Amino acid sequence: RSQKAVSIITSFYGNMADVGKTPVARNEKASSEFGYVGIDAILEQMRRKAMKQGFEFNIMVVGQSGLGKSTLTNTLFKSKVSRRSVMTTEEERIPKTIEIKSISHVIEEKGVRMKLTVIDTPGFGDQINNENCWQPIMKFINAQYEQYLQEEINIDRKKRISDSRVHCCIYFIPPTGHCLRPIDIEFMRHLSKVVNIVPVISKADTLTLEERDFFKQKIREDLRANEIDIYPQKEFDEDAEDRMINEKIRAMIPFAVVGSDQEYQVNGKRLLGRKTRWGTVEVENTTHCEFAYLRDLLIRTHMQNIKDITSSIYYEMYRVRRLNENNTKPNGQPAIHANGVPEHEVLSHEM
Amino acid sequence: QCSSELMGPLLFPSYILYLDKIQFEEGEGARAVPLSGHVGFDSMPDQLVNKSVNHGFCFNILCVGETGLGKSTLMDTLFNTKFEGEPTQHNQPGVQLKSNTYELQESNVRLKLNVVNTVGFGDQINKEDSYKSIVEFIDAQFEAYLQEELKIKRTLHSYHDTRIHACLYFIAPTGHSLKSLDLVTMKKLDSKVNIIPIIAKSDAISKSELAKFKIKITSELVSNGVQIYQFPTDDETVAEINSTMNGHLPFAVVGSTEEVKIGNKMVRARQYPWGTVQVENENHCDFVKLREMLIRVNMEDLREQTHTRHYELYRRCKLEEMGFKDTDPDSKPFSLQETYEAKRNEFMGELQKKEEEMRQMFVQRVKEKEGELKEAEKELHEKFDRLKKLHQDEKKKLEDKKKALDDELNSFKQKKTAAELLQAQTQQAGSSSTLKKDKERKK
Repeated sequence: RSQKAVSIITSFYGNMADVGKTPVARNEKASSEFGYVGIDAILEQMRRKAMKQGFEFNIMVVGQSGLGKSTLTNTLFKSKVSRRSVMTTEEERIPKTIEIKSISHVIEEKGVRMKLTVIDTPGFGDQINNENCWQPIMKFINAQYEQYLQEEINIDRKKRISDSRVHCCIYFIPPTGHCLRPIDIEFMRHLSKVVNIVPVISKADTLTLEERDFFKQKIREDLRANEIDIYPQKEFDEDAEDRMINEKIRAMIPFAVVGSDQEYQVNGKRLLGRKTRWGTVEVENTTHCEFAYLRDLLIRTHMQNIKDITSSIYYEMYRVRRLNENNTKPNGQPAIHANGVPEHEVLSHEM
Repeated sequence: QCSSELMGPLLFPSYILYLDKIQFEEGEGARAVPLSGHVGFDSMPDQLVNKSVNHGFCFNILCVGETGLGKSTLMDTLFNTKFEGEPTQHNQPGVQLKSNTYELQESNVRLKLNVVNTVGFGDQINKEDSYKSIVEFIDAQFEAYLQEELKIKRTLHSYHDTRIHACLYFIAPTGHSLKSLDLVTMKKLDSKVNIIPIIAKSDAISKSELAKFKIKITSELVSNGVQIYQFPTDDETVAEINSTMNGHLPFAVVGSTEEVKIGNKMVRARQYPWGTVQVENENHCDFVKLREMLIRVNMEDLREQTHTRHYELYRRCKLEEMGFKDTDPDSKPFSLQETYEAKRNEFMGELQKKEEEMRQMFVQRVKEKEGELKEAEKELHEKFDRLKKLHQDEKKKLEDKKKALDDELNSFKQKKTAAELLQAQTQQAGSSSTLKKDKERKK
């Protein structure tokens, strides 16, 4: 079953890679095709523009320490983009409260430039009392929406509003093999309302395939029971084709992943993997783990869609809440300072 | 306007494309790192383009020019289709804008093309206000977008953008210079829309005259400070062709939907006794250049300039006009919401005041009317009383008369009775002569 799903995902990617790759040779067309207007040249114009401008992507990783967040991020982007890799001078300590640290890198591939921002959340789930651990994270996400909104409603707007909104939040589930823990459910329940959540089963090389499938099923049941909508959300499927692809993905999530930035020699090839005494786990081998599916989903096929949902749905929801709040001030006093910092009341972007 | 819902329910925030380059330099907190393998985000342009293809594109062209300059024919030729409509008459009382939407498709690209024509432009005797309806129309499209953008619950991603992306200004082929109407109109439009001036029906001008005409037009535009659209030269892929074409403006075009056989091909052309003007022959006219620039190379840039430059200018002016500011006198940032609330309260206050005024006026009117009615009632009463009195007087008079008559009748009766009694007595006395004497005496 997973093989079939692979083919769907890669074939989808395959189709998209072909779109527009054939250049529109102007003179050729003009002489051979009578009545050719050239409207389809706009695709090439658009591509040119996109290449020139570059892209932004903001990804947040959430999970207890030791679940391999940094390694997975590095593996996903094939470079040292995680905070830990950069801050080598800092002591490796677990903070007393949840901290939110973001770090940006510029990466380039085949002429396409991307500003990648990885937002780390050290301290999450590591305290003895983890009540309301989701709050600082939610606050951070809403603060990014707030910043964007403030820029957007300026009279004199910048030509380009830098997008710091969190596009995607990867939630690391420890490979217990049983079911979701209360902290997992609490977190995802709250955050799935403001951001795209992509849960992954981390360090999945400790689960056998049967254990893995059982675990996934339990997780999906738990999510359904708690009405948690993770990415790709059913209600945002655009059309039948979309739904078909997304249903296949929904049947497979959460992906069970293994991360590694070490290369080993396997069958004459150098592959990313984890070497153990009983064998080498190949990260990009889909019979070993589902890293490749995660990478394909996040980067190769659905990255634009993830960004679209963030801006067209979550951001708009925030905006509606925010603008409605101001319209119903209880006592005539501005509840929000002009610079967006709230006074006393806990409003939507504080929650 | 014919438009069908081809767009999907989601979700292409087209404005994201209309942003300047992301700052990729060091020092913005983002350092460059090398990749040790293929990640796969090089598919992002494809993902973006794919989304646009699903969503469809829209392009809005405004054709400004006098009646009879071949605007409709040129649109037909450019887009290789027959747009509906009869040629307009020359007796329009004012300038109107007629807009038509068409769904075109080429390979997998669906384009919603909106062509707006100025009807009656240049036909009036007094043309002072001709440009006004055009400016109003362009502003109205900006306003509609602004309204949508300011809404609380908005659907920008599926908004049907009607803002004018390109304005083709048709110059009459006089061969001499621009008309003052042209200069005035273009000056009013240059900060609101991308103007591409073209010389219409240019087969009426000879080659040498055309060169001089173009130079004259360009110098007049420059000396009057008219900003026409420049094809962008910042992207090296198209910088060369764009800068060459910039030098060919204004384009001298000829339009035709009729086909003529030249050699062994059917080409679009206009046939004269002395020769045939081929539309797609670059030696004959600049049609191919116009098509190249307008559609095949710069359509996206035209849309972007409209959004990031012209629309932003409109928005800024409009909001400032309404009294919104980014910072108050102490340079503290204003929240748009606060200002909006203040304005709203002001507006509500005004509304209430007006309502009060109207109520007062209404009460006043009612009072007045009541007074009038009371007056009328009083008058009627008086009249009634008068009539009644009159009637009573009459009645009395008649009664008096009746009484008088009755009295007369009574006295007559008495007399009669008395006379009869006497007669009876005399008869009893017994002589007829006495009767006669009585009779005489009576007489």
